[in-house]
Amino acid sequence: MRRIGPFLVLALLPLGGCQGWQSALDAHGPAAGALARMFWIFVAVLATVWVLTMIALVLALRRRRAPDADPLATDPGTERRMTVTISIAIALTLVTVVSLTGLSYAAQKVLFAHKDGGLSLLVKGQQWWWQVTYEDAQPNRVFTTANEIHIPVGEPVLIKLESSDVIHSFWVPSLTGKMDAITGRQNQIQIQADRPGVYRGQCAEYCGLQHAHMGLLVVAESKEDFERWREQQISSAIPPTDDERQRGMEIFMSKPCVMCHQIRGTDAGGKVAPDLTHVGSRRTIGAGTLETTRGNIAAWIVDPHGVKPGVNMPTIQLDPDEVQPLATYLEGLK
Amino acid sequence: MRTVLILSLAAVVLAACEREDRDYRSNPVTAETNEKIALVPLSAGPGGPTEQRSGLGKDYEENAYHISQGQRLYTWFNCNGCHANGGGDSGPALMDDRWIYGGQIENIVQTIREGRPNGMPSFRGKIPDDQIWQIAAYIRSMGRNVPKPAAPSRKDDMSPGPAEQRRPPGEVIDGGQIPPSAQMPQ
Repeated sequence: MRRIGPFLVLALLPLGGCQGWQSALDAHGPAAGALARMFWIFVAVLATVWVLTMIALVLALRRRRAPDADPLATDPGTERRMTVTISIAIALTLVTVVSLTGLSYAAQKVLFAHKDGGLSLLVKGQQWWWQVTYEDAQPNRVFTTANEIHIPVGEPVLIKLESSDVIHSFWVPSLTGKMDAITGRQNQIQIQADRPGVYRGQCAEYCGLQHAHMGLLVVAESKEDFERWREQQISSAIPPTDDERQRGMEIFMSKPCVMCHQIRGTDAGGKVAPDLTHVGSRRTIGAGTLETTRGNIAAWIVDPHGVKPGVNMPTIQLDPDEVQPLATYLEGLK
Repeated sequence: MRTVLILSLAAVVLAACEREDRDYRSNPVTAETNEKIALVPLSAGPGGPTEQRSGLGKDYEENAYHISQGQRLYTWFNCNGCHANGGGDSGPALMDDRWIYGGQIENIVQTIREGRPNGMPSFRGKIPDDQIWQIAAYIRSMGRNVPKPAAPSRKDDMSPGPAEQRRPPGEVIDGGQIPPSAQMPQ
């Protein structure tokens, strides 16, 4: 027991990964629920099959053959029993395979079910971040954000997936299965969260150097909270009132930041990189790489390649005393 | 005799251990190089125009690392927004042999740093100086005006033509040309 103990503990450790904000087994939506259910039924059925097979194997190995038996001798009684046993085994195998296939089909039906109405989002995978556009029938209510999706609880949300460079894959394990984002076409998947919470997602198709740092967050919240968030995201950035942030804004506008980034309500209109209009309201920067704090923003601007090597943001020319106002300005873009 | 051979072979192998010294992440707040380049060979008085070169150009345009860094910076700083993949769009083509403001690397550095009339903005204070040199080196490689071993091979993205390394060596013709839109109809 003393020798097995540590191994048992080690074997149980991975089980700790079965829950948390990014786990397919910790389902918080109907699609993920169907997947998790299917997973456990498969595990149970296949474990039973394995155990039965092993028992049969052990019995066969332990059984002694009668000494000097004639291998060609047949006994009608044994023959009949063997025929029946093998027929039952074949029938059971067929039943298992057919029912697992049926189960899989039923889960797929839930997974790719399409309910009309509700929100629709255009999510564009890019190296290495997610551009999210909230669609609306009214053009002035369409807005773009990045790497953080807010959804109302209990409503289906349609995700339209596109890619601008290579193949990515949208995967929020707690809510749904994977769906690829492929250049030149649009894939659709619906997600729904049954409980409020923050669910982490991850690009699930190797897409280059920083594939591992291509995360996104799905924040499921009540309808009122979601509407409040949406109204705030639709609005333009509030102009800075204090001197330091004013200076930070001037630095942003005079540096190459504006060549790629957009801050609605200012002259910055680049659309190549994440929209920064409300960057301070997002939980992370760099697609889930760092928490949004003033220090992290400053570190990111000064040396993006130290934080996320290979990221498509160049090191820019910045005087040391320009870093603080710039980071303060960006952090304040709530 | 055999010992000598083995020893000398080992020495040859060891000689390969010298690694190119690369400056992966240089200080973004660097002083800029001071180049004085003449665009025309004419000057008042005898002796030709005064020129001043730091000699840095050779280090950049003959170095594969710098050129491939320049290739990435070319899109990161949105050069392709106007010059496309070198074939030109609203900005002039960069892969042809005509150079309106001179085709030496120092000329290109000056063009990026100072800007030029009719639309080329100045990037002084926006792109760190060493990155300007890297971009200029890459632009030189577009028309294959750099050594073949240093020119970039194919990149990740879909490319409209052969990689820089596979292009025939180019030549530099200083001076502008009449754009097709301004030419007399034939």
